[in-house]
Amino acid sequence: MTGKLIILLVIVLGAIAIAQLVRVYELSYKMRKRGEHEISNRDNKLNGSLMLTFMILFYAGFIYLMSHFGWAGRGDAASEHGKETDWLLNINLWIIISVFFLTNTLLFVFSWKYVKKPGGPAFYYPHNNKLELAWTAVPALVLAVIIVLGLRTWNDVTAQAEKEAIRVELFSKQFDWTARYSGKDNRLGKFDYKLTTAQNELALMTSQTIDSAIFLMENGDPAKGQDIGIGKLTEILNNRDTILAPEDRQNMMEDLHRKERLIRSLYQMKERYDMKNDALAMDDIIQKDTLYLCVNKEYEFNFRSKDVIHSAYFPHFRAQMNTVPGLTTRFRFTPDITTKQMQKRMKNNQFNYVLMCNKICGGAHYKMKMIVVVLSENEYEDWFESKQGVTFSETLKMSADEESQEPSGETAGTAMAEAADSDSTATR
Amino acid sequence: MAAIAHEAHGHHDSHHDAHGHHEENFVSKYIFSQDHKMIGKQFLMTAVFMGLVAMLLSILFRIQLAWPGESSDFLSFFLGDEWAPNGVLKEEMYLGLVTIHGTIMVFFLLTGGLSGTFSNLLIPLQIGARDMASGFLNMLSYWFFFLSSITMLASLFVESGPAMAGWTVYPPLSALPQAVSGSGLGMTLWLFSMTIFIASSLIGSLNYIVTVLNLRTKGMSMTRMPLTIWAFLVTAILGVLSFPVLLSAALLLMMDRLAGTSFYLSDIIIGGEMLANHGGSPILYQHLFWFLGHPEVYIVLLPALGLSSEIIATNSRKPIFGYRAMIGSILAIGFLSFIVWGHHMFVTGMNPFLGSVFVFTTLLIAIPSAVKVFNYLTTLWKGSLVLTPAMMFAIGLVSTFITGGVTGIILADSALDIAIHDTYFVVAHFHIVMGMSAVFGMFGGVYHWFPKMYGRMMNTRLGYAHFWITIVGAYGVFFPMHFVGLAGAPRRYYDYSVYGTFDNNSYDMIMDLNVIITVFAIIAAFGQLLFLFNFFYSIFRGPKAPQNPWHSNTLEWTTPVEHIHGNWPGELPEVHRWPYDYSKPGAEQDYIPQTVPLAEGEEEH
Repeated sequence: MTGKLIILLVIVLGAIAIAQLVRVYELSYKMRKRGEHEISNRDNKLNGSLMLTFMILFYAGFIYLMSHFGWAGRGDAASEHGKETDWLLNINLWIIISVFFLTNTLLFVFSWKYVKKPGGPAFYYPHNNKLELAWTAVPALVLAVIIVLGLRTWNDVTAQAEKEAIRVELFSKQFDWTARYSGKDNRLGKFDYKLTTAQNELALMTSQTIDSAIFLMENGDPAKGQDIGIGKLTEILNNRDTILAPEDRQNMMEDLHRKERLIRSLYQMKERYDMKNDALAMDDIIQKDTLYLCVNKEYEFNFRSKDVIHSAYFPHFRAQMNTVPGLTTRFRFTPDITTKQMQKRMKNNQFNYVLMCNKICGGAHYKMKMIVVVLSENEYEDWFESKQGVTFSETLKMSADEESQEPSGETAGTAMAEAADSDSTATR
Repeated sequence: MAAIAHEAHGHHDSHHDAHGHHEENFVSKYIFSQDHKMIGKQFLMTAVFMGLVAMLLSILFRIQLAWPGESSDFLSFFLGDEWAPNGVLKEEMYLGLVTIHGTIMVFFLLTGGLSGTFSNLLIPLQIGARDMASGFLNMLSYWFFFLSSITMLASLFVESGPAMAGWTVYPPLSALPQAVSGSGLGMTLWLFSMTIFIASSLIGSLNYIVTVLNLRTKGMSMTRMPLTIWAFLVTAILGVLSFPVLLSAALLLMMDRLAGTSFYLSDIIIGGEMLANHGGSPILYQHLFWFLGHPEVYIVLLPALGLSSEIIATNSRKPIFGYRAMIGSILAIGFLSFIVWGHHMFVTGMNPFLGSVFVFTTLLIAIPSAVKVFNYLTTLWKGSLVLTPAMMFAIGLVSTFITGGVTGIILADSALDIAIHDTYFVVAHFHIVMGMSAVFGMFGGVYHWFPKMYGRMMNTRLGYAHFWITIVGAYGVFFPMHFVGLAGAPRRYYDYSVYGTFDNNSYDMIMDLNVIITVFAIIAAFGQLLFLFNFFYSIFRGPKAPQNPWHSNTLEWTTPVEHIHGNWPGELPEVHRWPYDYSKPGAEQDYIPQTVPLAEGEEEH
């Protein structure tokens, strides 16, 4: 409350100050005989000198910022192509910094030097074709160099990944990341968003997941309390004895239409599905919270989004790619400094690589991150072996077991959903 | 009501009678005016108000960025318990503030305010026309603008909050109310407001184009037009060609939101609900948006460059250097601006080859921009500078155009863009090159043409103070942002605490810079109070302006100080020369107005 009073007080005092300013101004205006449009020699010279002073302070500020913060932020590039990017960035920075100094200096020095007593002579100089040609040609040449160098790097960075590159999928949703390793066969299992269930968050496609998606669509997903299946919906809507509020009826009709459209494509999927593809998904490893990478191995990341556009931003690897719902995007890079080496270089044993979201995606956008750890080859192999017990086939088996153990599938589903929920809140 | 109002203003109207013009009542003079000068002033007033709102919004979120999580009475005063419980800004409202700040600044201040004000004021006056081609359409253009401003402001007061998807409102975030609360009614209002705004802009632009092409006075050939008019003409053409594309983007988005279509939606699960939409592409929206979005940058910038060309030539007492090269570069920038939009989308998964093409076209724009800068510098060279406040702002514009322009070279280079896309480096770049430059152009324009608008002079000393606070404050805000960006800090983050979990050193550095930035932002904001005071005080009590205060050549200074309908009391003036005959050797004065016939044996420039 006192704060609000202070703000009001400031406003009132400000108004009084302005009123005083008016009076001073009026008095001073009466004293002078010169019109406002006639700039006095003194004002002119003063502002000219201020232009020069400003330039010097501006440059001092720039040099201070550049020396303190220029490259401090994210350290050396930790990927192969990142070194090339940084080299190119440095060249470009030096070019633009020299242009910045050259032209700003001319501007402010001219503004200071050519300030004259108003009415003094000026040099009539309307054009000069040679000069104009020169400063069209010189920037064009410099830009040609910039373009050629830039496109060379761009082509390197965006080239197709090698066949041996390790395939990893990064799955984004509000507001966390999930990684899926392609497993021993180095091929990612197929997916379709319609197969998403509490047990199959990444919507992997196997004959079993297709069946259970169809089952849930027909009978409702107990994991989502209110969610009822097509069977129940039809029953309610066709029952002449129940009286529904028009809104509820409308909502249920829409829900039914949506589900009928979805289940039609699920049946089509089932018809067309090739059982051989099951194997692709079965050895995939789903990994939350931390992304483990192996040093000096090329990775091809496949990006997916469940809901809105996110952007996978690895600042230390100089890598970035948007994740777009309905579209798989790709980016490849080779990490070449392990986390431990980098911690030494940065003299900070708390340091970690990170994957951040860099496309506005909702309220908690700023918390959406995943720690990235680059391991040496041996460490990575150990970690990879330790994950063989939690491949997707194991997950499927587990959920199948649970269903058979528990007489009511409902509780099992709820438990799973709760587990998933607490997971996602934990990462927040 | 109209009669009473008329009586009250009868005194002001008396001069009209003296010139034998028809009488106007309050409503037709001040509200539903069809006079281009009044409409220009209406645009200016509305835009200044909108600009103030947008500036206030930016201060609110800057406070959060500098002192995250700390209770602020300032925040709770303006946002209340709903959006700032205990004086701490809510995450979603942070996004709302950022979104509306961007939208208002880009469209309402820098498009409506800059082009709307000065095209209306200067086109008829500088080409020697009695008014716009269609006064009625011109009036509609303003009232649509007003209506869309009100709608946009109203969206701030919606219970579920204003639009929160960033000023580019990318779907699916903007299409699905489940994704963020602002994508409910707030977003609907945003789309309605922008639709009306686009209508306003189209009507206005068509009017400007027709007026420039058809209503030039005798002797005013295209190559004798001041560069301001060239800039306004090209701006209007860009608007006519690109705004309809934004309208189509907005309409499709509206259909996705309200009619269940799938233009931008595919394979989405949101809020636990599996949507049946399939086959749309969010990338399509980005293409449509940036097809407007990039020309929009030049719709904002070109009028500012046009105004500053005029101001710099007049106050250097020298002809603008390379008049034809200046026209050529305006045309080149205008043309190129249509084939570069993809540089906003290098990391959307677009085909890398397409990316290469956009790198090439984008970097080409640097050439005409460089030509413009060097021409400005040569105009200053060996001039006899008169540092009026308008001139100071024009010089400031050249500086920000350089400083912001060169970083564009980095961002246009797709290989480098990968590393700094959507970081604060981008925020720094476009605020300096587009925001500061255009605002400086606008301030310069207001100081320079204030005598023409209101028949009075603004206070010069306050103008100087305003300039110095603004340039120091604004550079102080946006220059450090480059370094926040180089550290890899993403934009549109509510706070940077996430850095604390993986790199404490970067976190400290970002927070240090954020505090510096916010302090400068607050200083710069206070500096604008000087302008506001000077502006409103001078409207009513400033000293009377002489007819041609800056000893300028262009036609607007041949009109009487008191505004009259039809601009010139008698015949329209006839033009005999280009507008830049300053300090011409052999002339008596250091300026020769366009209406003065060539002396015997005198050569046109």
